[in-house]
Amino acid sequence: MKSLDIKKYPGFRAITLFCLFILYGPMLVIAVYSFNSLRSITSWGGFTFAWYLKAFNNPTIQVAALNSLFIAVVAALLSTMIAVSAALALARGKTFKGQSALFALINLPLMIPEIVTAVSSLVFFIAIGFNLGLLTILIAHVVFCIPFAYLPISARLQGIKGHFEEAAQDLYATRWQAFRFILAPMLMPGIISGLMLSFIVSLDDFIITNMVAGPGTTTLPIAIYGMVRVGFTPEINAISTVLLLTSLVFVTVSYFLSRNAPKNAKTKPLQH
Amino acid sequence: MAAHFNLNANSSKPSQTIAKDQAYQLLPAVLLICLFVVLPLCLIAIFSFLKPGTYGGVEWVFSAGSYVQFLFEQDFLTENLVFSANYLSIFFNSFVLAITATVLCLIIGFPTAYFIATRPERTRNIWLFAITVPYWVNLLIRTVAMLFIIRDQGPINSILIATGLISEPIRFAYTNFAIGLGLFYSYLPFMVLPIYAAIERLDFSLVEAAHDLYATRRSTLWNIIIPVVKPGIIAGCLLVFIPSLGSFIAPDILGGGKNLMIGNLIALQFQGSRNWPFGAAVAVILLTLVLSILLFFAMRSAKEARK
Repeated sequence: MKSLDIKKYPGFRAITLFCLFILYGPMLVIAVYSFNSLRSITSWGGFTFAWYLKAFNNPTIQVAALNSLFIAVVAALLSTMIAVSAALALARGKTFKGQSALFALINLPLMIPEIVTAVSSLVFFIAIGFNLGLLTILIAHVVFCIPFAYLPISARLQGIKGHFEEAAQDLYATRWQAFRFILAPMLMPGIISGLMLSFIVSLDDFIITNMVAGPGTTTLPIAIYGMVRVGFTPEINAISTVLLLTSLVFVTVSYFLSRNAPKNAKTKPLQH
Repeated sequence: MAAHFNLNANSSKPSQTIAKDQAYQLLPAVLLICLFVVLPLCLIAIFSFLKPGTYGGVEWVFSAGSYVQFLFEQDFLTENLVFSANYLSIFFNSFVLAITATVLCLIIGFPTAYFIATRPERTRNIWLFAITVPYWVNLLIRTVAMLFIIRDQGPINSILIATGLISEPIRFAYTNFAIGLGLFYSYLPFMVLPIYAAIERLDFSLVEAAHDLYATRRSTLWNIIIPVVKPGIIAGCLLVFIPSLGSFIAPDILGGGKNLMIGNLIALQFQGSRNWPFGAAVAVILLTLVLSILLFFAMRSAKEARK
């Protein structure tokens, strides 16, 4: 009992609760006001879905939402495939010279200030004569999603102890069969986690998208930004709440997937 | 192909060169990042030494003018270069705001990390998850939510007016205060996580020993806990300071375009005032600052690890 006591610092619990209050307060307020039938801040006019219906029927938001979904799905699929491939070489294969340099290169998009990546991508696409639009957004998203997809996959790979795929190959499985039927199923939670994280990172990106979108192409964050510029409407609250909930669901699922560490793989290492 | 990847000859582990299949597996990621991240960065560095085109874009003539423009401005009448602190003051403002946000995050983040790390293992993950979630939530929307709350007609001012504490709304939005608050709120999870990781590894028998030797809680905190978890604190500060310094969304939304930070200055050159070489030069300066800060701390921690 005593040893627990001296670890405690009075007030730290209160600060933690304050920290959560700061983090969640603004989001909760937005969500609550998205259901308020009055436009007013101070009074509550009753519960309504009207702002959601209005937002869903807004053609600008419909187009933006479709663009966002399309880009996020394709970017998540491509970047996760690329990340799986890279992780197999870096986190599973034999160590080699220059490995840490390549690891740093893959994580490079995380280290550069986003605004710098944004303007350099813009300049690059214009210099090579690409028309700004969906394709440039997609390319940029695939690239900056790679490190986000890479992290959970490589963590999962490093957790798989034992040379399962080599055992399969000893039993005359081809390299592809060994990956497809042995390693890939064990890696699946990491892959799904990578897919989901890259999906929301793509869905949420504003700075880079805004630069490389060019005139006329919108995604949800760009549409929200444009609407906020004009003034607050309950529609913004509604569409924001939808995006908040999407992120929340995806992160929660991804968290529970990566939390169930590959126990079966750890407890039964193959003898070599 | 394999030899091409053999970049880092003085790698710490004297191991073999990359196998052929590993090279193929890495190829898509390496190619994409080189083509769409590294190459554009090189292009930006080149553009920063060119002359601005009349209607945006660049003229392919060498000029260091963009860097000169950063510190000097041309006098209208005499055409002499006069020192000007306009852009330096934007950098100064960015540093002050980023440091303020970092200190605020540390003051709130350290106790939070400590509290979570000393929870029983079962509830610890739930606390930690609650801190992590906001990181994955759209930063633009979180910032918009903050503006929604602190603006003149927002809930805070409305409540204060309704209770009769104030008669005129307090101007929070579109000030430096709002930007600082926004940065603090944006990057708070970044402070908690590395400090938590350090405290979780802390050997609490040290704390008990200090207590047995009649150390007060305060002196245990300052003389035992903080020195031991210092690497985590430094990591947390870097993770808050660096994105704050180059941030765009918080100053743009909460500063209302009047209180510029480095990020907005760069974006403006590619959107509004259209001086690409100058924007490129500011981007190069920001990137150099960020990378040197990272390198400095990386070398410092490598040195301490060797000791």
